[in-house]
Amino acid sequence: MSVLLTAVVTLGVIGAGSAAILYLIGQKFKVDEDPRIQEVQDALPAANCGGCGFPGCAAFASACVKAETLDGLNCPVGGQPTMDKVAAILGQTAPVAVKKIAVVRCSGTCEHRPRTNLYDGISNCTIAAALYGGDTGCSFGCLGLGDCVESCTFDAIHINPETMLPEVVEDKCTACGACVKACPKDIIELRKQGPKSRRIYVSCVNEEKGGVARKSCEVACIGCSKCQQVCPFEAITITNNLAYIIDDKCRLCRKCVPVCPTNSILELNFPPRRDKSPKEEAATVDA
Amino acid sequence: MENKLVVSPSPHIHSGDTIEKNMYGVLIALIPAFLVALYVFRLDALIITALAVLFCVGFEYLIVKYVMKKTPTVSDGSAIITGVLLAFNIPSNLPIWILALGCLFAIGVAKLSFGGLGNNIFNPAIAGRIFLLISFPAQMTVWPAPETATTIDAVTSATVLGNLKSTPELLPSLQTMFLGTEAGSLGEMSALALLLGLGWLLWKKVITWHIPVSIMATVTIFTGILYIFNPIPLYNPLIHLFSGGLMLGAIFMATDYVTSPMTKKGMLIYGAGIGFITVAIRLWGAYPEGVSFAILLMNALTPLINNYTTPKRFGEVVKHG
Amino acid sequence: MLKTFRIGGIHPKDKKVSAGNAIQPIAIPNQVIIPLGQHIGAPCQPVVKKGDTVKVGTLIGKTVGFVSANIHSSVSGTVLKIDKAVDASGYRRDAVFIKVEGDEWEESVDRSSDLKKECNLSSKEILDKIAAAGIVGMGGATFPTHVKLTPPPGSKPEILIINGVECEPWLTSDHRVMMEKTEEIMVGITIVMKALNVDKAIIGIENNKKDAIEKFGKSAENYPGITVEALKVQYPQGGEKQLIDALTGRQVPSGALPISVGAVVQNVGTVLAIYEAVQKNKPLIERVVTVTGKDVKQPCNILSRVGIPVGNLIDAAGGLPETTGKIVSGGPMMGKALASTDVPVTKGTSGILVIPTLEAKRKAMKDCIRCAKCVSICPMGLNPTLLMNLTEFEVWDGAEKQRITDCIECGSCSYTCPADRPLLDYIRLGKGRVNSIIRTRKTNA
Repeated sequence: MSVLLTAVVTLGVIGAGSAAILYLIGQKFKVDEDPRIQEVQDALPAANCGGCGFPGCAAFASACVKAETLDGLNCPVGGQPTMDKVAAILGQTAPVAVKKIAVVRCSGTCEHRPRTNLYDGISNCTIAAALYGGDTGCSFGCLGLGDCVESCTFDAIHINPETMLPEVVEDKCTACGACVKACPKDIIELRKQGPKSRRIYVSCVNEEKGGVARKSCEVACIGCSKCQQVCPFEAITITNNLAYIIDDKCRLCRKCVPVCPTNSILELNFPPRRDKSPKEEAATVDA
Repeated sequence: MENKLVVSPSPHIHSGDTIEKNMYGVLIALIPAFLVALYVFRLDALIITALAVLFCVGFEYLIVKYVMKKTPTVSDGSAIITGVLLAFNIPSNLPIWILALGCLFAIGVAKLSFGGLGNNIFNPAIAGRIFLLISFPAQMTVWPAPETATTIDAVTSATVLGNLKSTPELLPSLQTMFLGTEAGSLGEMSALALLLGLGWLLWKKVITWHIPVSIMATVTIFTGILYIFNPIPLYNPLIHLFSGGLMLGAIFMATDYVTSPMTKKGMLIYGAGIGFITVAIRLWGAYPEGVSFAILLMNALTPLINNYTTPKRFGEVVKHG
Repeated sequence: MLKTFRIGGIHPKDKKVSAGNAIQPIAIPNQVIIPLGQHIGAPCQPVVKKGDTVKVGTLIGKTVGFVSANIHSSVSGTVLKIDKAVDASGYRRDAVFIKVEGDEWEESVDRSSDLKKECNLSSKEILDKIAAAGIVGMGGATFPTHVKLTPPPGSKPEILIINGVECEPWLTSDHRVMMEKTEEIMVGITIVMKALNVDKAIIGIENNKKDAIEKFGKSAENYPGITVEALKVQYPQGGEKQLIDALTGRQVPSGALPISVGAVVQNVGTVLAIYEAVQKNKPLIERVVTVTGKDVKQPCNILSRVGIPVGNLIDAAGGLPETTGKIVSGGPMMGKALASTDVPVTKGTSGILVIPTLEAKRKAMKDCIRCAKCVSICPMGLNPTLLMNLTEFEVWDGAEKQRITDCIECGSCSYTCPADRPLLDYIRLGKGRVNSIIRTRKTNA
């Protein structure tokens, strides 16, 4: 019995002593932090994706609390509701952010862009891009090895096994920008999502002369500038044999899409066209 | 030529070395020891080894296929080696069901639950053996007398190490221990056979000399120093080298790729640690045999050793000529 | 005991099937494509345009910046266009397309084959001639030679090392050059010694080229200060740092250049080009290329003009074998796989290796079994499997601490790995990333 008592007392004393030491150390090394930082952090989605430009939600929360205004600070994952909550905690107004979405600017499917060699290295776009221009004739186009898929923390981008191109899942993409950074060929871009998720973009990044680009891929942009000529809003620029539609200027009128000889410009989420008479066409141009 | 050219980054040739080649190299190195075990224990040796291999391979196949739902990789030979080494570490008359449990633990817990080959922290065979030792101490510490042993004593007899602490006058001669005919587990028999295996492993570049030599050197030096001051059999370095699982452990178990350090410096530290702990347990611990525990403990330190040792860098020695 | 480097190393079979085949010429095709980027450093600016007439040796591309090298026409004819063509980088880069007409050389080039031993130029004049001739490292690295031979201020070269090692399996172009142009190389060595102002040179040759060792040994008796050293057959014996370690016992410290231990290394092919440039006013417009491989019908060493598509060279070696899987420009350890046979020969093309399909494809990789064979054989004393892990998990500061930037990309680790892990692929990626981080840190500091 006394053995039991000794054991219990000894262990009890050791336990209590350790607890006391731990408590004292905890107090001594305590980090004083503005309690609002934790409050803001709790309001964030905790994805730690880096889409805000900060290394993790804790850093973003800290930046929000320390900043004088919330301009320029945006959590793309949580979006407007989250920024409103943060603003409420800090007693500020949340800036209105434009909803963006990732756009893959390449349509070089296996059908449109034939393979000319067999790539046998690791399935890693960065490694392949450092080696050569890819397994097709177009050295600018998507390699289809999935660095973008690896980088996405929201399961919002996948490689379509038939086309070997990445496809963005609209309702999951938070425009955090991870895939944009991951793509070694700068094919993915964050563009305005547009009303009803509509957007128009040139689905090509090939800067070769038209003839050369067309030879490697049926749907390449050949830089013919027909789209630029027909655009009523001066939203299209041509540099290095490649057309580019400027987000802010484009009004989604769709005039450029049918005039492209290689069908390189894509329109997403629009209703199907009706065929118009020339008189109706002329009327809409003036409008 | 119709086919498309293959493009991949350099290098474009390969040595042809595979995991299988290295595993089978180890198995070949174990053949001399196996032959001695067959000679000493006859059919028992064959049965226990074959069953251990069967259980280990079988369990690995079943667990990988049905529990982990992946393609089984038993062809790489590592499960076979675990089986053989486990069989070499246990009494040759161990009940089969206990052996099966040991194999299940070695493969299922010590290897597969960590992620399979390459990801385990502890040597599976050693872990299996220690599991059996702690769970079935009675069955695991009674060693059958070999048919040709010089000390015949009913059906079972103590091993050399068992005698070392208590009854040193019953020790067999050094020659017996070296050539291999005393009581013990299958793998403890012949130091000569095991050294032949070491020669093969070194020649085929399966392992490097660092771990076996540092273990044996540490044991020799540690016990040697004690022997100089007190020359009793308990401190005799040669007895320590040739008895127990030291040779088997130093050559085949401590050198397991996955659980040993990757740098030469690290390997020497690891070997020294094993040697030191082995002797400490043998001389002052409760167990007669310390190699298994020593290896297990040093396995736990391997990640730490890996972190703190680096290979000899090019450019550290600026001039010598 | 043969000298060798002290850390790591592997022993691939050397397969020098074309070693006994004398250098042979090749017909010049109707058109050549001369890339404007054949060296480390900025690609050249073209100085010719469509319609211009050129002769062999005419300057067609001028240096841009200090680390750059001139490019000369390797044929005579008319410039068709300046357009993009796939070169050894794997991408389409600017190149000069020339329609071949005849084989007229610039008058200044001395085409006689007699040995010219005397060189009365000063060190600076020699370097200017080397720069004008567009000479780059012909071992494959293509570093502009006049830059290498201009030591940074404060450093003093003590010894010149001539790299006749050719440690890559299959390649024999350096071997044949050594056998057939021995005296020219010796004169070239004296010229480089003069340019560097050193009085000691060692020619390092691997022991599988005993005829070359003997020939150079005899010739060196007439040249004070030049010695020949036979080296153990081991890869990468020809790596600059390893060669310096083997021959002088000095190891170049991490991040430093060979000149920091007083050594300058030059490939034998480069030395021959230097002789031809300084003594014969011939710019770098052709080189010996080994065409070889398991199923190649007639492995050979071809003296090819720059700009000829490699397909022509393969045809001269008996045509592209039916079993072809991969075509590698360079050796099997560090060479680059080509996506087509239209790629032209450049200053750095040491060989064309044709690999059969069965050997061309990689095996699927398995988990690392921590066998540490890659650690044992790494010639720079690195831990390749750890570097691969650090790169995969993007731990860049850890990778930098583990000296990922020391990697010479020799390929020994991937070659050795029993689990078929693509160690070098990841290390290269990590090395590039860490180097750019270091560059950013330096510019921000």
